Amino acid sequence: MAAVLESLLREEVSVAAAVRWIARRTQSSEDSPGEAAVLRSLRPLRKEFVPFLLNFLREQSCRVLPQGPPTPAKAPGASATLPGRPGGPPRGGRGARSQLFPPPEPPSPAAEAPLARRGGRRRGPAPARERGSRGPGGPEEGVGGESLPWAGARRLRGSGSPSSPSLALCDPPNLSNLEEFPPVGSVPPGPAGRTKPSRRINPTPVSEERSLSKPKTCFTSPPISCVPSSQPSALDTSPWGLGLPPGCRSLQEEREMLRKERSKQLQQSPTPSCPTPESGSPLPSRTGSLTDEAADPARVSSRQRLELVALVYSSCIAENLVPNLFLELFFVLQLLTARRMVAAKDSDLEPGPGVLESVGSPLFQSIHDCVFFAVRVLERQFPVLSYLDKGTLKLLAENERLLCFSPALQGRLRAAYEGSVAKVSLVMLPSAQAVSFQPETDNRANFSSDRAFHTFKKQRDVFYEVLREWEDHHEEPGWDFEKGLGSRIRAMMGQLSAACSHSHFVRLFQKQLLQMCQSPGGAGGTVLGEAPDVLSMLGADKLGRLRRLQERLVAPQSSGGPCPPPTFPGCQGFFRDFILSASSFQFNQHLMDSLSLKIRELNGLTLPPHEPNDDEGEADVDWQGERRQFAMVLLSLRLLAKFLGFVAFLPYRGPEPPPTRELQDSILALRSQVPPVLDVRTLLWQGLRARRAVLTVPWLVEFLSFADHIVPLLDYYRSIFSLLLHLHRSLVLAQEREGEMCFLNKLLLLAVLGWLFQIPTVPEDLFFSEEDQSDGFQVDAVSSEYGLDSVPVVDQQLLYTCCPYIGELRKLLASWVSGSSGRSGGFVRKITPTTTTGLGAQPPQTSQGLQAQLAQAFFHNQPPSLRRTVEFVAERIGSNCVKHIKATLVADLVRQAEALLQEQLVAQGQEGGEAAQLVESLCSQLCPHGAQALTQGREFCQKKSPGAVRALLPEETPAAVLSSAENIAVGLATEKACTWLSANITALIRREVKAAVSRILRAQGPEPAVRGERRGCSRACEHHAPLPSHLISEIKDVLSLAAGPRDPEEGVPPEHLEQLLGQLGQTLQCRQFLCPPAEQHLAKCSVELASLLVADKIPILGPPAQRRLERGQARRLLHMLLSLWKEDFQAPVPLRLLLSPRNVGLLADTRPREWDLLLFLLRELVEKGLMGRMEIEACLGSLRAAQWPEDFSEELATLFNLFLTEPPLPEPQLRACELVQPNRGTVLAQS
Amino acid sequence: MILTKAQYDEIAQCLVSVPPTRQSLRKLKQRFPSQSQATLLSIFSQEYQKHIKRTHAKHHTLEAIESYYQRYLNGVLKNGAAPVLLELANEVDYAPSLMARIILERFLQEHEETPPSKSVINSMLRDPSQIPDGVLANQVYQCTVNDCCYGPLVDCIKHAIGHEHEVLLRDLLLEKNLSFLDEDQLRAKGYDKTPDFILQVPVVMLCPLAVEGHIIHWIESKASFGDECSHHAYLHDQFWSYWNRFGPGLVIYWYGFIQELDCNRERGILLKACFPTDIVTLCHSTA
Repeated sequence: MAAVLESLLREEVSVAAAVRWIARRTQSSEDSPGEAAVLRSLRPLRKEFVPFLLNFLREQSCRVLPQGPPTPAKAPGASATLPGRPGGPPRGGRGARSQLFPPPEPPSPAAEAPLARRGGRRRGPAPARERGSRGPGGPEEGVGGESLPWAGARRLRGSGSPSSPSLALCDPPNLSNLEEFPPVGSVPPGPAGRTKPSRRINPTPVSEERSLSKPKTCFTSPPISCVPSSQPSALDTSPWGLGLPPGCRSLQEEREMLRKERSKQLQQSPTPSCPTPESGSPLPSRTGSLTDEAADPARVSSRQRLELVALVYSSCIAENLVPNLFLELFFVLQLLTARRMVAAKDSDLEPGPGVLESVGSPLFQSIHDCVFFAVRVLERQFPVLSYLDKGTLKLLAENERLLCFSPALQGRLRAAYEGSVAKVSLVMLPSAQAVSFQPETDNRANFSSDRAFHTFKKQRDVFYEVLREWEDHHEEPGWDFEKGLGSRIRAMMGQLSAACSHSHFVRLFQKQLLQMCQSPGGAGGTVLGEAPDVLSMLGADKLGRLRRLQERLVAPQSSGGPCPPPTFPGCQGFFRDFILSASSFQFNQHLMDSLSLKIRELNGLTLPPHEPNDDEGEADVDWQGERRQFAMVLLSLRLLAKFLGFVAFLPYRGPEPPPTRELQDSILALRSQVPPVLDVRTLLWQGLRARRAVLTVPWLVEFLSFADHIVPLLDYYRSIFSLLLHLHRSLVLAQEREGEMCFLNKLLLLAVLGWLFQIPTVPEDLFFSEEDQSDGFQVDAVSSEYGLDSVPVVDQQLLYTCCPYIGELRKLLASWVSGSSGRSGGFVRKITPTTTTGLGAQPPQTSQGLQAQLAQAFFHNQPPSLRRTVEFVAERIGSNCVKHIKATLVADLVRQAEALLQEQLVAQGQEGGEAAQLVESLCSQLCPHGAQALTQGREFCQKKSPGAVRALLPEETPAAVLSSAENIAVGLATEKACTWLSANITALIRREVKAAVSRILRAQGPEPAVRGERRGCSRACEHHAPLPSHLISEIKDVLSLAAGPRDPEEGVPPEHLEQLLGQLGQTLQCRQFLCPPAEQHLAKCSVELASLLVADKIPILGPPAQRRLERGQARRLLHMLLSLWKEDFQAPVPLRLLLSPRNVGLLADTRPREWDLLLFLLRELVEKGLMGRMEIEACLGSLRAAQWPEDFSEELATLFNLFLTEPPLPEPQLRACELVQPNRGTVLAQS
Repeated sequence: MILTKAQYDEIAQCLVSVPPTRQSLRKLKQRFPSQSQATLLSIFSQEYQKHIKRTHAKHHTLEAIESYYQRYLNGVLKNGAAPVLLELANEVDYAPSLMARIILERFLQEHEETPPSKSVINSMLRDPSQIPDGVLANQVYQCTVNDCCYGPLVDCIKHAIGHEHEVLLRDLLLEKNLSFLDEDQLRAKGYDKTPDFILQVPVVMLCPLAVEGHIIHWIESKASFGDECSHHAYLHDQFWSYWNRFGPGLVIYWYGFIQELDCNRERGILLKACFPTDIVTLCHSTA
């Protein structure tokens, strides 16, 4: 690299050419022959350049970012092709990510000279870094590099003298390193000895969030401060020398070159290309308020050098040569906000001999250098910055250093801030809403058995119970999901036996997931980063504190950093833990099936591109809706894909990659046989071809982020990664051509891809080792002129929602303002999407054929909304048609069936026969009528569709277009309805008839009273009658008094009885509140009451002498009862009970016995037709069979004879009853 | 009648070991004249049922049954007209209707060849004239009509009260012009859990002291007092199930409830002791 930079500095090569060279573009005519020659000579180094540059910058910055290690770059060195494994899979490179001094070239097999490694000695405190990496020492040994520009002064000399002129042979392999150079034939190093992939400079333990997806070594950037255990010692060494092959120049030449360079710099400073602030002076008043070291543009050392590196670095960023755009921005902002520089230890510097102190000095010699560099880079990244959210822009625009170093940039940022509408809102997670019960999918008909239905009913409740419990407890310290809920979940899963139950449960699970995890945000969210006006009025120094306070209040803190590992924030954690606790193979399989299906469905959803010519206001409204719909679909897809990835790779996930190469190979062989759970490659291809990458790639990234270590090595997935790499490279933000992808769309893709490339399981060398030219990435864009990609569907809200880690930039800037260095680590905001649920229905599949083609053609030149409208109308009308047929034709047939059944039942006298037979015979009569459904359906669609289309299309739609649209809608609706009806009408009729038959047969059973033809009271009724419950309870009191035991003072006032019966009459007439069981009980109680009256057993309240009911009163009451039985009861009255042995036996205790009331009652019953004579005779006959005292039997016999002999008497002869009294007299005499 | 937990506890305290008779109820009404009779009866009934649930097992051991039966036999032998069974029940602190059932079952075991089925026993309790032994029939009848917490008549009264309040609620809904699906309609559609009413268009109920209202999708009518025990059972078996399927809803405990139980408002289960007056419906804009 140094060589390249040298060439640049010497102006042998222009920056543009260098970047072209790095980007591996084909040489352009712009390159001068001289440039080409220079660059050609450096060709073998090309691949190494970018990782090298990134690592170098990190290394250089470690002195200014002392709170933690510098932002890591997942930038390996070369994908070292190990000896004996040419072109082998890039597994050898694991661990290279921490390698700040990667070897520029694969070690030559010929090279020997095992060299003493310095790394262990020098970097004692950083064993983790040492282990996996080739170590910083190795490559250096071969370099006699003191003379290199900015080479670190500390070098081992003489151990590897320059020997070969070849540029390619620069780095003697460290053969003593068994990891990299295992004995031939032995187990390949692979990751074997590396207990942890040490690509992360500083392994940051991740919270339990990610207990499964080990390794827990987080590769994220240092959430601003980290334990500096593995922090590289300040001013380690200069890496640049490494890039320079040994022996390419003599030491003397190098020195000479640098001397010239230095003098040139001194003359040119300040360089015109990098204007310092006009004043050229710092603004002490501003910087003075900082507790940190002030940055002063005037004190920047070696401007040109910084300028140049900034330029190259920026160009690499702009060309997407760096894996993660936002990580680099984060790094640059870290430089911008660096507090102070750690004093370099002289011993570390180990100055080289002679004059080179200044030249060989580190890149960043002071805070001033850092800020200068950062501002230069930021200037070139302004387009990206300007698309950040308003809060970040504000913080940037307010940054004093930025103002001081580049007022121009500050001005642009301020303007961008003022013009920005990109407020990103934070919305608290709403509490759960349940998935609603939908009879169409959830009722009994959708289950194989009653048992399955009821089991699922219980499961739904258990699921929500568990969910509620989780909501209540999961934030409590010490609460454990598995301990708290695991066994309950497994017990519930255990009950899901039938496959159909599993699919029901999975549907519930998935719906609930979508509903909760991308639930509607709605209004009321805090605006991220936008300090309320009150705050800005308080002044800058207080502002910092308030900001910090605000940060703490609004931002849930977690250590995330700019590249957090995949996590399950918020409610997602519940679903993740549920899957883990359930640990059910069946459930996982069904879930994967269901997720895949839904992903396919949503991914294929027609999201019509924005009509670019619509400039009217309404179009804007449409557009809002479309953008919202896109966001909703995208977020749903990402969520589903994340869970699909989680479940699909769950069985393979382990903390470590396979320990040996043999093992890995055998696993590879095995795994390559397993078909992917979802054909994501095809979907990706289709997405790219249809120019819908902006929809497909973000969810694909979510899916892949859960891949295990083997996945990226599988051919299938490797090709996907390769495609993604090409895509990444092609998303150059600066290019904005007609039909190109929109800026924010690109930014989203860059952000998610950059994030993906940092995932631990993605091989670190993958990004840089990709050799192919982007020629391979030629998507025939012919197939779709306007895809989603060129529609501005992404806004900042969506960007930040998908990539919350971009918010880390803001966090960093805010912590600078607040004077805190974010000691608590990175912050991650929960940004919940502000979308609503309820995804648009997929347009129905239209039939093939000429008509369909014509219809397609018709829509082609119409606005897409027309098509949507027609399809929507057709879909709804078709569905309504089916419902209408159900409610009319089928309902009629069911009524007919009921009538037929009733007839049959009457004819056969309750014995209708087997239910199944009945259903059969009814269906054979009725099903043929089902044929009418098609005609009726057609009529319905014909009638309803045109109106709906007319109502939904604009008034101004031309008549011809309108009528065509109507016709197509009618056709589609009819097709949909008739297809369904012809396939299902018979089954539907059968089902309904069957249900009706079982309903009738059930009603036939124990409660015949429910028939209720005469129910309901008169229209004038105001329902003021006493409540049945009250009456039953009152009568019960009377009965209990009569049955005893009772207190002496207890009794019933006679008028109360009368009143009671009057009320009973009212209630029976009103019927508003009367239910059959109540009426039955009332009937029974009234009979009991009659028996008590007849036997004179009701204790009457009154003077002690007169505790019996007057005869006339009793008779009046009996009359009332008879009338109630006759007129008012609709339920059958159990009058036979009057003659039950128990009730008649009541008479036995009375002295003297009075039979006249009974006789009166019996006669009245016959008279009123309430009981037949024969029936009474039968009852009396059976009474005689019972055991009675002898005298009672005799009296009973007399009564019987009396009843038999006396013909029914008209009213006036009632008195005759009393003539029975002589009888009684005789009885008395006998007793 | 919404009671605080303390008020409720005071009432419940007075109900310990009180037999479920007319007389007890009368005394209770005198003790708490300010409470409505229906509320008192409901609380009494629930407390008594809790008591019976706790002690049920000890009355159903073989020894206990045998000893009760012998005491019954001895008692009726002395005087068949005396309230033997009722007094036995009161003496051992058990519900008369349930005691009647124990004795009847035991009696039938002795006198029938096959052990009696539940439905036969129920039918005899409903209509004692079916009991083959006249004395026992009277004793059983006396028990069932004197028991104000158990027995076929009490069951019927409870059922009737529940039905009446549903009808009342339906009328109120109709009066307010709120369209709904009732339990029968829901069952016909195949719903697996059916609250009394599901509102076809949800409403918002405003609360006096809260700024925000509560959305109501369904209403369940409970013609009883909402005490802790019954409310938790209802939550588990019904209210949460409704929430799980239909979202937030309203429970009306017509005879009141313990104030402290109304703690799931935010979660979506709201308690009231009457039909809410402050209801906001969705307005159909005519523009």
